[in-house]
Amino acid sequence: MSAANRTLPADATAPTGPSGPVLPPVWSQRLATQLAPGEQVLAWLEIDLDGALHFARGLVVVSSERLLVSPAGEQDWQSWVYRAGLLLSRRDHSGVGTLELCDTAGRLAHWRYTLGSDVAAGRLVERFMRQLSFRLTGELPPPASVTLCPKCETPLLAGQEECPACSREIHEPPSTWTLLRLGRFARPYRKQLLGAFILSLLTTAATLVAPYLTMPLMDKVLIPYQNGQPIDPGLVLLYLSGLLGSSLLAWVLGWGRTYILALVSERIGSDLRTATYEHLLKLSQEYFGGKRTGDLMARIGSETDRINIFLSLHLLDFATDVLMIAMTTVILVSIDPWLAAVTLLPLPVIAWLIHVVRERLRTGFERVDRVWAEVTNVLADTIPGIRVVKAFAQEAREAARFRAANVRNLDVNDRVNRVWSVFSPTVTLLTEFGLLIVWAFGIWQIAGDRITVGVLTAFLAYISRFYLRLDSMSRIVSVTQKAAVGAKRIFDILDHVSSVPEPANPVHLPQVSGRIELRGVGFRYGTRSVTRDISIVIEPGEMVGLVGHSGSGKSTLVNLICRFYDVSEGAILIDGVDIRSLPVAEYRRHIGLVLQEPFLFFGTIAENIAYGKPEATRAEIVAAARAAHAHEFILRLPHGYDSLVGERGQALSGGERQRISIARALLIDPRILILDEATSSVDTTTEKEIQKALDNLVRGRTTIAIAHRLSTLRDANRLVVLDRGSVVEVGSHDELMACEGHYYRLYQAQARNVDTEEELRRLEVDRKDEGDRE
Amino acid sequence: MKPRPDYQLQRNAFGRLELRTADGQIHEGVAPVRAFPITAPDDGLALVDPYGHELVWIDRLDDLPDDQRRLLADELAGREFMPVIQRIVGVGSFATPSTWEVETDRGRTSFVLKGEEDIRRLASPALLIADTHGIQFLIRDRHALDQHSRRILDRFL
Repeated sequence: MSAANRTLPADATAPTGPSGPVLPPVWSQRLATQLAPGEQVLAWLEIDLDGALHFARGLVVVSSERLLVSPAGEQDWQSWVYRAGLLLSRRDHSGVGTLELCDTAGRLAHWRYTLGSDVAAGRLVERFMRQLSFRLTGELPPPASVTLCPKCETPLLAGQEECPACSREIHEPPSTWTLLRLGRFARPYRKQLLGAFILSLLTTAATLVAPYLTMPLMDKVLIPYQNGQPIDPGLVLLYLSGLLGSSLLAWVLGWGRTYILALVSERIGSDLRTATYEHLLKLSQEYFGGKRTGDLMARIGSETDRINIFLSLHLLDFATDVLMIAMTTVILVSIDPWLAAVTLLPLPVIAWLIHVVRERLRTGFERVDRVWAEVTNVLADTIPGIRVVKAFAQEAREAARFRAANVRNLDVNDRVNRVWSVFSPTVTLLTEFGLLIVWAFGIWQIAGDRITVGVLTAFLAYISRFYLRLDSMSRIVSVTQKAAVGAKRIFDILDHVSSVPEPANPVHLPQVSGRIELRGVGFRYGTRSVTRDISIVIEPGEMVGLVGHSGSGKSTLVNLICRFYDVSEGAILIDGVDIRSLPVAEYRRHIGLVLQEPFLFFGTIAENIAYGKPEATRAEIVAAARAAHAHEFILRLPHGYDSLVGERGQALSGGERQRISIARALLIDPRILILDEATSSVDTTTEKEIQKALDNLVRGRTTIAIAHRLSTLRDANRLVVLDRGSVVEVGSHDELMACEGHYYRLYQAQARNVDTEEELRRLEVDRKDEGDRE
Repeated sequence: MKPRPDYQLQRNAFGRLELRTADGQIHEGVAPVRAFPITAPDDGLALVDPYGHELVWIDRLDDLPDDQRRLLADELAGREFMPVIQRIVGVGSFATPSTWEVETDRGRTSFVLKGEEDIRRLASPALLIADTHGIQFLIRDRHALDQHSRRILDRFL
C-alpha cells in the first residue's frame, strides 16, 4: 500500500477528470454511493450517446480499483476490476467515438460518445492502461514526458500557458452593434470628423433661418398691407437679403461638410478593405478550403463599398436630419409651446412604424445578400470550368442554373420590396395627417387670437421641412441595415482567428539546420482522421521520399510540415523546436515548396522567379534559372526574362512552368525543400529535364519528396511508406525491396508501367535524334 | 423465398462482423457502407474490409435473408450517426459561431455552428449542417419544419 501511495501520481488524490477540472455535481453524488472507501477516481469521461446512438448522458470512470461505468440512459452501474488481459481502446467513425473493453476472449462492453470528448477519452484510456499495468506489475509506467494541455492533450510549448488548439475555439457570436465597431477605423480621422460635425451644425442652423424670416414677412409686411398700410421697401429688402444670405451660407458650409466627409469615408473604406485583405491572407489554408472565391471577393469588394457609401451619404444625411429636428423643436417651442406640442404629435407614431419595419427589412436584406453571393458563385463555378461545360455540352444546364439563381434572387427581392414599398407611402401619409392637424389647430388658435398668421405660416414652413426630413430619415433604416449586414460580413472575416495562430511568445531561429522531427503526429479533417501517430526523424541534408497510395496521407503530412494546417495531436519540431512556437512567416522562409501544379502570377518571368525574394539581383535570378535548367528556354522566348506570363502561365508548357517554380524555390535558398509530386504532371522526357534541375535543388538540403512514380525517388536516403494515415515501412529502396512488404508490392505494381514508359521514352529520344540529324 | 447469398455473415466475440465468402475466405471487421446514404439509403450497399476494399455488393438491403439483414441493420445503426433535425428550439445568436438547441430523432442536443458555409445544400429541399466536431445534422425537408424553426433557419440561409 505504501508503494501505491508513493507511485500514485499527484492527481490521483483529487477527483480531477480529463474533460474538465471537476466532475459535475450530478455525477459526483451518484458516484459517491458507488465508490468503496479509499477508492480514488483517476479519470472520468462523460459519454453522451447510448447504444442506439440516441443522446443520453452516462459516465465512465477509471478508479484506483476498477473501471466503473454508468451506461448512458441507465441508472445502474457496471464495473470491471483490473485483471490480466483487459484492454480498453477507442476508435471513431463519422463523428462517433467508441470505447471498447475487451479481454482475450472477446468484447466485454462498448460505449459511444460524440467526438467533442474524444481527447478526454484518449486520456481515460491512457490512465486505465497505466493503472492496469500498475495493478499487474506493481510499477506505474511514466506519464508522457511533455507537458500537455489539460483539456486537449496538445503538447504545450515553453512559455505557453494557454493551449493554441483549445483557445482557438471561440464560440461567441460577434456583437450585434457591428457598425459601432467601424469606430476602430474612424479613429485616425477624428479631427476631420469633428470639423465636419461643426460644419454640419452650422449648415443646419443656416437653413433654419429662412422659415423663421417668413414670420415677420407675414406679420409686418403682408398682413399690414392687406389691412391698408403701404409696403416698406427697406424692410422687405432686409428680410429678402436675409433669406438670400442664409441660403448662400448654407450652400458654402454644406459644400465643405460634404467634401470633408466624402474624403474621410473613402479613406475609412479603403482602410477597411486593406485590413480585411491583409487579415484574409493570414488565415490558414483551412479557411480558404471552406469558402468560395466568389463570396470572398464580394465581401472585400462590394461590402466595403457599401459601408463606404453608407458612411459618406446616408449617415451624414441622418446626422443632419437629427440636428435639424432637434433645432427645429427648440425654435418651435420657443415660438409657441402648444402649437409645437401638436406639431410633434405624429413623431412617436412614425418612430414606432420605423421600428416595426426595421426587423422585417433586416432579415430580408441579409437574404438578398446571400442570394446575390449565390448568383456570383454560379459564375465563379462555371467560367473556370468552361472547357468541361462545353465538352459535355451542358451550356443549357448551366444557363438554367444561373437562371434559377436569378429567379431566387428576384423572389427574395420581391418579398423584401413588398414590405419596403408600403413603408415610404405610409410615412408620406402620416406627414399629410400631421400637416392637417397643424392647420386645424392653428386656425383655431388664430380664431381665438392667441397666435398671429405669421406664426402659423412659420410653423407650416418648418414642419413641411421637418416631415420631409422624417421621410428621408426613414430611408436610413434600410441603408443602416444593409451597412450593418455588410459590416457583419466584413467582421466575420476580421474576427476569424487563424487556425494556425501566431505564437504568443515566439521563439526565433536565425539559423536552421533542417532537422525535422514528427512526434506522434495526428491530423483530423472534420470527422475523418487523416493521419495518426506518425513519428519520423529527418536528419539535416537527408532526402526522404513519401510513398503510398493516393489518400494515404502524404500530402496531408506535407501540409502539416509547411504548417498550412496545425496538427490535431502530437507535434512537429524543427531543430528541436515546436513549429507552433515559431512565427509563421519566419518559419516558412526556411521552406521551399515545389508543387505539382506550379502557379505563376501575372507578371514577367523574372518577377515570378523572384517571388519569394523580391530584392534579388538579376544575376541571382539568372543563376537560379540556370540551376533549374530554365535559363535556355527562357532565352528562347521573345522577351527573355521580361516575357509576360499569364494568370496561369498559359504561354508555357507544364515542364517549363515547373522549372520556373523550381528556380523560385532555389532563389530563396531554403534549408528544407518539399517536392509535392513535382514531376507528376509532365511526360517522362520533361521529367528527366526537371529531375536534373531538382538534383541541383536537393543538394545539401533536407528534402521531403512525394512522388507517384517510385522511380523518381531512387536517390532518396530513406523512403517512408504510408498507408491509410500511418507509417507502415521505413527504409532505403533496397531494404524495402528485400523485405518484400508494402513497398515491394507498390513497386511491382508500377514496374510494368515504368517499363513501357522507358520504351516510349527510348522511342521518343530516337525520333528526336533523327530529327536533329535532318 | 429469397435466394440465400453465396456468402455468410456473423458477428464474432469481439463484436466485429465476419464474412465468409464463397471461396472459403474469412474476412474480419467487415463494415457495411451505404452508397447513397441520403438520397437512397436502402439501395446499394457494399461490404468492405478494414482496408476499404469492396468484398460484396448488395443491390437492396431487402433482398437479404432476415437474419443477415438484421445483422447489417444492427451494424449500420451503430455506425451511422446523422441526427435528423426535427425542430430548432433556439439559437444563441444569428451571427456565427452560434450555439443551436435542436430536437433530433435521437433526442435533444445542442451544437455549435462555426459558419454559415457549414450549412450545405443537398439536393433540394435537404440540408446538411456540420458542427464544430464534424458531426453532420440532416434536415430532410426544410419546408416541412414548423414555422419557428423555419424562421430561424432562414436567417442562416
